[in-house]
Amino acid sequence: MSITYLEAIREAQAKALADDPRVFIYGQDVGAFGGAFKATKNLAQEFPGRVIDSPISEDAMVGAAIGAAIEGMRPIVEMQFADFSTPGFNQIINHAATLYWRTQTPCPITIRLPSGGTSGSGPFHSQSMEAIYAHYPGVIVMTPATVEDAYSMLLEAVAIDDPVIFCEHKYLYYHLKAEKLPTEAMPVGKARIARAGRDLTIVAYSAMLHEALAVAEELSTEGNEIEVVDLRTIKPLDTDTVMASVARTGRLLCVGEAWPWGGVTAEVIARVATEGFGLLDVPPQRLNAKDTPIPYHPNLWSTHRPTARSIAAAARNLLRS
Amino acid sequence: MLQTVESRESVGSTLRDEYLKAFRFMILSRVLDEKLASLYRGGKIHGGVFLGKGQEALSVALGLALHKGDVYAPLIRDGAGRLAFGEPVVDALRTYLGSALGPMRGRDGNVHRGRPREGYLAMISHLGAMISVVNGTLMAKRFKKITGAVGAACIGEGATSTGAFHEAINQAAVEKLPLVLVIANNHYAYSTPSSRQFACSNLTNKAAGYGVTAHHIDGTDLLACLNTVSTAVKQAREGGGPQMVVAKLLRLCGHGEHDDAHYIDPRLKHSPVGRDCIKVAEEYLLQQTWADAAAIQHMRQDAVQKVDDALTIVQREPTPDPYRENWCALASRHLSEGFEGPANEIQ
Repeated sequence: MSITYLEAIREAQAKALADDPRVFIYGQDVGAFGGAFKATKNLAQEFPGRVIDSPISEDAMVGAAIGAAIEGMRPIVEMQFADFSTPGFNQIINHAATLYWRTQTPCPITIRLPSGGTSGSGPFHSQSMEAIYAHYPGVIVMTPATVEDAYSMLLEAVAIDDPVIFCEHKYLYYHLKAEKLPTEAMPVGKARIARAGRDLTIVAYSAMLHEALAVAEELSTEGNEIEVVDLRTIKPLDTDTVMASVARTGRLLCVGEAWPWGGVTAEVIARVATEGFGLLDVPPQRLNAKDTPIPYHPNLWSTHRPTARSIAAAARNLLRS
Repeated sequence: MLQTVESRESVGSTLRDEYLKAFRFMILSRVLDEKLASLYRGGKIHGGVFLGKGQEALSVALGLALHKGDVYAPLIRDGAGRLAFGEPVVDALRTYLGSALGPMRGRDGNVHRGRPREGYLAMISHLGAMISVVNGTLMAKRFKKITGAVGAACIGEGATSTGAFHEAINQAAVEKLPLVLVIANNHYAYSTPSSRQFACSNLTNKAAGYGVTAHHIDGTDLLACLNTVSTAVKQAREGGGPQMVVAKLLRLCGHGEHDDAHYIDPRLKHSPVGRDCIKVAEEYLLQQTWADAAAIQHMRQDAVQKVDDALTIVQREPTPDPYRENWCALASRHLSEGFEGPANEIQ
């Protein structure tokens, strides 16, 4: 038996619904249809009245989730695509994210963002929104890269007393498989050493983890041992694990699928440069998507975002310097 | 027959009691507003001061129609409704003066106050945003099988132009929620007149498009406000679905105390819509002989005393100490990047 990343998300929601009567799911097409990606397949049938189709109203979807959370519920909001969370942005960052600070009323809502690019999806069905949400205080931002993390982190997202932006990568939905669901998990907020090495640290998260691991495998045949750090959550950011890795390797490459300006890779490099400059043997580098809207055609798309090939080239440059 | 007469008298006495109760809150709200304006002019308040002058009748009618267990999301000019819903005078003063002991503890100020866990929501500045939040509380009550509760959200005519308003009223209609949406059409959103805000003949038209019941009232007439708002709340409570109440009135002050409201058309000020609802209510009380001038004067003195007593308390209270602030925006402290230790733990 094997289970995909998408099925893990479905199973986590089924478990959350089964274990906690406060949980409900709200989003477009999530009910009888089972969601645009089938992340809620059969849940409406299994949990009658608790998996609710919403109008196409992202602001009101998040607003209602906040109200329900104030009343003690634990809503999961499915955005059909991360890109469509922008009409709900105001409620997320100005309301959900400020509620506890202002009123000491917790706001335990989970907002699932099907994120990242897939071939042919174009500018409005491909975005990675994690950095823009992480910019605001009062939210936790998760970016699971494995089937196991997709499952366990989503369950933890629902259990956390704060708003969680859960960035699940669409490219991993069907491609990534595991033998079984995990029974235990690392704590939220801790990064994971996905592969140990001594020559270079690659920090990655979400789908880019797998590109980084492929590069590490490829470069090991050339005699280079790359350490790959999977951030898992980007807020809070586990600076300690990154810094410890850089202390071992002296070289840092940070990879993100999102745009470069002010994003996760910029934050990681800023932290290492300000808190661990002396650990670096050479200037740190980063790779991001190009600073344009995300292109439709596969020829353009595959060059727009970092790939194993471009990451390998950057890694070799760092290893040579 | 006798029974009918008795019940009619009892209805009359209930109405009189309700009217007098409402009037007392209106006076209290006006006195509190005047004190806030005075504190602002004296430089005692940081940031803005936003008053409810001219909107007390509508506001108080909603505050009184709500019960314990209902949800209330007041807006900027709902001082009277807040008091009627049960907010103590001291909470308003604590929030305006930034007392560390107030509900917002200096982290937020002025009209941004509430106690969400008690059904009293703390507004954010983005207009229309509170409506869907009230919807969510009502959906939660439905999940919890709590019946008979309503949720009320207050906005001005300006907020009916926001996307949040349209999304939320549609959501309430689709979910058939017991939402009461009270719109104070005070003719100006800051300085923008209604002619630049909407083109429909009446804001109640906006309800029709969503299948929502609408009520229209003269917001300067306390009796009309009490009757209509309580009817709308009752209909929502009894399963009639979302109700929209639109009241016409005029803001009798600036947007905030920093604003002299020079742009308000004098013709509006001198039209029926520009009447001061408190003066209208006072005349009605005298006309009905429900109160005489001395009784009204006594009510005013009582309000002044209440506000002065609360102010005396608040002025002695500590303001927030930045060195005892924990700088933590999360309930899950262990996941906060900014948490600065357990020094200040006010729960």
